[in-house]
Amino acid sequence: MRSLKPQMQFATLAQQTETAQLGMWVFIATEVMFFGVLFFAYTVYRASYPEQFRLAGHDTQLLLGSINVAILLTSSLTMVLAINAAREQRDRMAAGLLLATAALGLAFIGIKGYEYLLDYQAQSVPRLDYVFKPGQGGPTELFWMFYFIATGVHAIHLSIGIVLVLIMAWRARRGAFSRAYHAPLEVVGLYWSFVDIVWVFLFAAIYPLGRGGT
Amino acid sequence: MSGAGRLTLRPYIVAWAVLVLLFGLSVLSAYLDIGVFHPVVNFGIAATQAAIILLVFMRLYGHPSLTWVFAGAGFFWLLFLFGLGLADYATRTGFPTQ
Repeated sequence: MRSLKPQMQFATLAQQTETAQLGMWVFIATEVMFFGVLFFAYTVYRASYPEQFRLAGHDTQLLLGSINVAILLTSSLTMVLAINAAREQRDRMAAGLLLATAALGLAFIGIKGYEYLLDYQAQSVPRLDYVFKPGQGGPTELFWMFYFIATGVHAIHLSIGIVLVLIMAWRARRGAFSRAYHAPLEVVGLYWSFVDIVWVFLFAAIYPLGRGGT
Repeated sequence: MSGAGRLTLRPYIVAWAVLVLLFGLSVLSAYLDIGVFHPVVNFGIAATQAAIILLVFMRLYGHPSLTWVFAGAGFFWLLFLFGLGLADYATRTGFPTQ
């Protein structure tokens, strides 16, 4: 069951693992720049229209956004523990932790979907049912544009992550990983935690706005 | 790939607890009257959380420096994006257009 031979282009398993991890870090660098552009646009808009962004941010669902931060932080923990378990060939535990990670990811998506529904009911969806609330002008709609694009792209990333984690759970259950070979799991773990980091920044950009402290 | 024979839990649980604590601070700060420092505090906390996730959960700590270079590359380019981009907007006249 344990595949202990490196693929033909690598001299050792350690080299194969290192190459796979560096590849994922390169991908993450491109993702940093991808989300970085969104955050740059956000920075320019918020600096240009601070009051309108404050008004718009007040209408976001702070509680649901907060629950989702807690969920993703916890899922990063279960993910790294799953990698540790797989390294020690505790296959059942690794598979269980990976399933927990995927379940937390699904919970996030479910809550996000419910949040979108509330946003729709509050008539906050640009181009669909957007209505300016008292005192609001054009830039509030800009805020909601950012909100839907950024959180939507993040949700797509997380959905891909859930599929990858489920595949890893299946492989772990079959005993595919060991101390010498667990590169795919490490790589998926890097991706998962990166998606977590993006949400941490999105939370800071979206939810604390306009809560009465300013 | 070194490591002890048993599962190490403690650093990860501690990191998780610190992350949740920082998150609580972020939510609390939203209700504080700190004016223009809101984004500084919120994004400062987010950056700290990101650093903890990178170092502990993504295990950057203990990795060879080549991995650090790869991991830092994206953030390094962000400096250019924000530096040059904001310099442009900061020196433009007639922006924002109303």
